[in-house]
Amino acid sequence: MDKTYYDPADLKKFGDIAEFEPELAKKFFDYYNDVFKEGELTAREKSLIALAVSHAIQCPYCIDAYTSGSMEKGITETQMMEAVHVAAAIRGGASLVHGVQMMNKAKKLSM
Amino acid sequence: MTKSLLAQHHNLADKTTQLKILSNGIFGEGKLPTFRKKLEPLGEFPLKPNSIEIFQVNVGYMCNQVCNHCHVDAGPDRREIMTRETIDQCLEVLRKTNIHTLDLTGGAPEMNPDFRYFVEEANKAGVQDIIVRSNLTIILANPKYHDLPEFFKKNNVHVVSSLPFYQPDKTDRQRGQGVFKKSIKALQMLNAAGYGQEGSGLKLDLVYNPSGAFLPGDQAALERDFKKELKKNYDIDFNSLFAITNIPISRFLEFLIRTENYEDYMDKLVTSFNPSAVKGVMCRNTISIDYDGHMFDCDFNQMLGLKVEKQAGQHIKDFDIEKLLQRSIVINQHCYGCTAGAGSSCQGTVVVS
Repeated sequence: MDKTYYDPADLKKFGDIAEFEPELAKKFFDYYNDVFKEGELTAREKSLIALAVSHAIQCPYCIDAYTSGSMEKGITETQMMEAVHVAAAIRGGASLVHGVQMMNKAKKLSM
Repeated sequence: MTKSLLAQHHNLADKTTQLKILSNGIFGEGKLPTFRKKLEPLGEFPLKPNSIEIFQVNVGYMCNQVCNHCHVDAGPDRREIMTRETIDQCLEVLRKTNIHTLDLTGGAPEMNPDFRYFVEEANKAGVQDIIVRSNLTIILANPKYHDLPEFFKKNNVHVVSSLPFYQPDKTDRQRGQGVFKKSIKALQMLNAAGYGQEGSGLKLDLVYNPSGAFLPGDQAALERDFKKELKKNYDIDFNSLFAITNIPISRFLEFLIRTENYEDYMDKLVTSFNPSAVKGVMCRNTISIDYDGHMFDCDFNQMLGLKVEKQAGQHIKDFDIEKLLQRSIVINQHCYGCTAGAGSSCQGTVVVS
């Protein structure tokens, strides 16, 4: 066994999850491929959303994949960083908005 | 980069070294299948031509730019140049055959002293489509080139220009400081001459190639972005965008190895292999000719010194269309660049989605 949890080479093996359970894997990958097709949102827009979500969930495989994917789609470096800031703002905001809960509780407990 | 690999005496300036890298390593060890192994089950080995419709002539490796990804290793220090004698031999073939497209490339083809002669004579020979692959900045490089847009117009030249991105930073990183600004100015001059304008009949196409170790995205989507941004920011119009994959040879190979991207890039090309792209690869309808008159299956094979098969006749003076149509196309692992994803050729994507 490897001594690290993440190996960049494992990203290429994503499809191998079918080895242990082929039917669900097929369903997942079919769905996955359909999700990223051009729809009401362009493939470019979907790539940027995926990049932002990758940072929010802090998935290194997804960050590698959607950085390459975004560059392939001609998304600029500034646009990619703006997307990461969107993820950061939502994550930061999600913590901060709970400050209201803390305040509510503190006020209730206080004389 | 200011000098060619050749002038730097870099080991990758050597064609044999490049071919060894492409044949050994991950391919020699069997980690990735060779291109031949991919063609065999499709019944496409040996790869055969369908026709000869395009004559792609490299009139010399001299260029006013030294781009980081250049597969020609072109630059101001390159001296290889096509003579008028060889140009006449090419013209002779164009007069005798039905080859409909002459595709002039380099280097900066405009720097060949007989460039204008070649274009004018090809027009007289009745070649339908005369393409000049212009780097744009040449138009502004010296007063003697300022009238190129007018010359192109007069001779109904089809201009194909490299512009890796619609913003300055990526373009300049690939092609040199200040190249974007000059390219925009040159595009505006071409527009003013009527190029890329509806109804003018003067075609101006742009070439997009990725500025790094990744593949080009969907050509139609990139074209949409380029058109929108260039119009909005610089009032520039053009006809089509060709998305071209960087082929792992010469300076791009040097970049891949230096940045430790080589294996991942080759893996990406191999896993993106598209059997439908094999049908439309450009070597099936193109002959490439070097400054010395030797014939190759494509410009990339030219740079690797892989001439067409000996029995097909290897020099333009021996041009025999029947023999050339019988030949087997010379392949190596760099060919994966033309079959990845939607495929790639000098006319852009080969598979229409």
